[in-house]
Amino acid sequence: MTPQPAPAVEIRGVTKVFNPAGANEVLALDNIDLDVAAGDFVTLIGPSGCGKSTLLRLVAALVESTEGNVLVNGKTADQARLDRDYSMVFQRAGLFDWRNVSRNIELPLELMGWKAADRHRRSAEMLELVKLNEFADHHPSELSGGMAQRVAIARAMSFRPGLLLMDEPFGALDEMTREHMQNELLRIWAETETTVIFVTHSISEAVFLSTTVVVMSPRPGRIAAVVDNELDTRDDSARDTPQFFANVSAVRKVLRAGEPR
Amino acid sequence: MNRLRELLPPVVAAVIGFGGWEMLLWLTRPDGFVLPPPSEIAGAVAENSTAIQTATKVTGFIVVTGLLAGVLAGIAAALLVTAFRTANETLTPLAVAVNAIPIVALAPIFNAWFGLLSPRSNQAVVVALVFFPIFINTSRGLVDVEPSQIELMESYGAGKWRIIREVRLPNAMPFFFTALKLATSLAVIAAIVAEYFGGRQDALGNIITNSAGLTRYADAWAAVLAGSLMGIALYGSAVLLERITMPWYFLGRRA
Repeated sequence: MTPQPAPAVEIRGVTKVFNPAGANEVLALDNIDLDVAAGDFVTLIGPSGCGKSTLLRLVAALVESTEGNVLVNGKTADQARLDRDYSMVFQRAGLFDWRNVSRNIELPLELMGWKAADRHRRSAEMLELVKLNEFADHHPSELSGGMAQRVAIARAMSFRPGLLLMDEPFGALDEMTREHMQNELLRIWAETETTVIFVTHSISEAVFLSTTVVVMSPRPGRIAAVVDNELDTRDDSARDTPQFFANVSAVRKVLRAGEPR
Repeated sequence: MNRLRELLPPVVAAVIGFGGWEMLLWLTRPDGFVLPPPSEIAGAVAENSTAIQTATKVTGFIVVTGLLAGVLAGIAAALLVTAFRTANETLTPLAVAVNAIPIVALAPIFNAWFGLLSPRSNQAVVVALVFFPIFINTSRGLVDVEPSQIELMESYGAGKWRIIREVRLPNAMPFFFTALKLATSLAVIAAIVAEYFGGRQDALGNIITNSAGLTRYADAWAAVLAGSLMGIALYGSAVLLERITMPWYFLGRRA
């Protein structure tokens, strides 16, 4: 028997109550259990108000759980945050206007105290990875939405974190750019062997990207189903396969079942 | 060519303004009490050039030192209320209450505190008047940050002061410069009005009150002109500083 590798993320009996004992008390997450294995690409999908973004923020230790435990690489989520075990990408690229593209990518490296020469070498590599080499000296206000989000991904990946947390990163992009970004993300994921937790409300995005789709239901936020999402090919061509369509229908069925009538 | 096009409108405005002013007075010939023509003011400037130069230096010193002190105090207070909640809860209401006092009206009282002939009381009026817009605007800019940028910094394990340095301060710069541009002209007004009530006797404010008292209106206007030029120079310096310190802000923006 081969020993099971420790999961990258373990969520055990996690409950989150906002404004406890207040007039607008909300049970955002109710008794969540979830394991994410190293190297997995897990999407959290569900209607708005199902707590998928809150769950992601619990893993990032940006929000504290009311009950239960979140472990990242076997440590508490907050310790993992301080150890820079993960990196986050938001719906808004959130680049700093006062830094050019290179210096935006180098931000986490600066916070970690890297030497300037090492930072420049790494940001050049990252620009290569997201194919924006010639934009190193541009400022964020000169970039399109898709380009800005690629810089945000390069920034997140700059120190090669083992875990990438993405909160609807392509939600504000148009359909064409979005599909292109999904292809790029799969390529980067394959090249870097990073574990990804990805929040979305698009079924096709979830099925195209992930190895596991976690379907959530709202009020209170619960996990309705965990769907293994097998695809024989993981590139742009997968979008037109019968397997892809079958998986989309399967996820849609589970989502519909979780809807309140 | 572009330079010329930029310079043309203000030059035309000046020619029309001063020419019209001169012409109107020449046609209507009112008493010199009402308004002297520009030519007479220019004559007064030439006649009193040493006195006006000295006065401009005296008042200029009060304006610049008061402006600097008020700006530094405003920034420091804004940082305090951003970093510490208790500072915010005590300092902000206090600042609002102090601002409700008509500060130039305090000039005679400041004279009693600092001595009638001391420039300190004039500086105090400038500091008090400059402080508030700088404080309010800068603290707004320190707080009005995109939430995900703060979350991003926290996700990298950055602490409060690092977030202030990397995110809040640069974010506050456009807000600060808006206030600074306002504060430059406020500072000149504050200094001159304060000088009406006391301070050194060779300052611009004193020349204005003394000349008016002696019905030498052209001399008073010459001092007013010096004050205006000082205000314009300070405003221009603020604009220049803004351009130099945040070139990123003007990318893709016509300002």
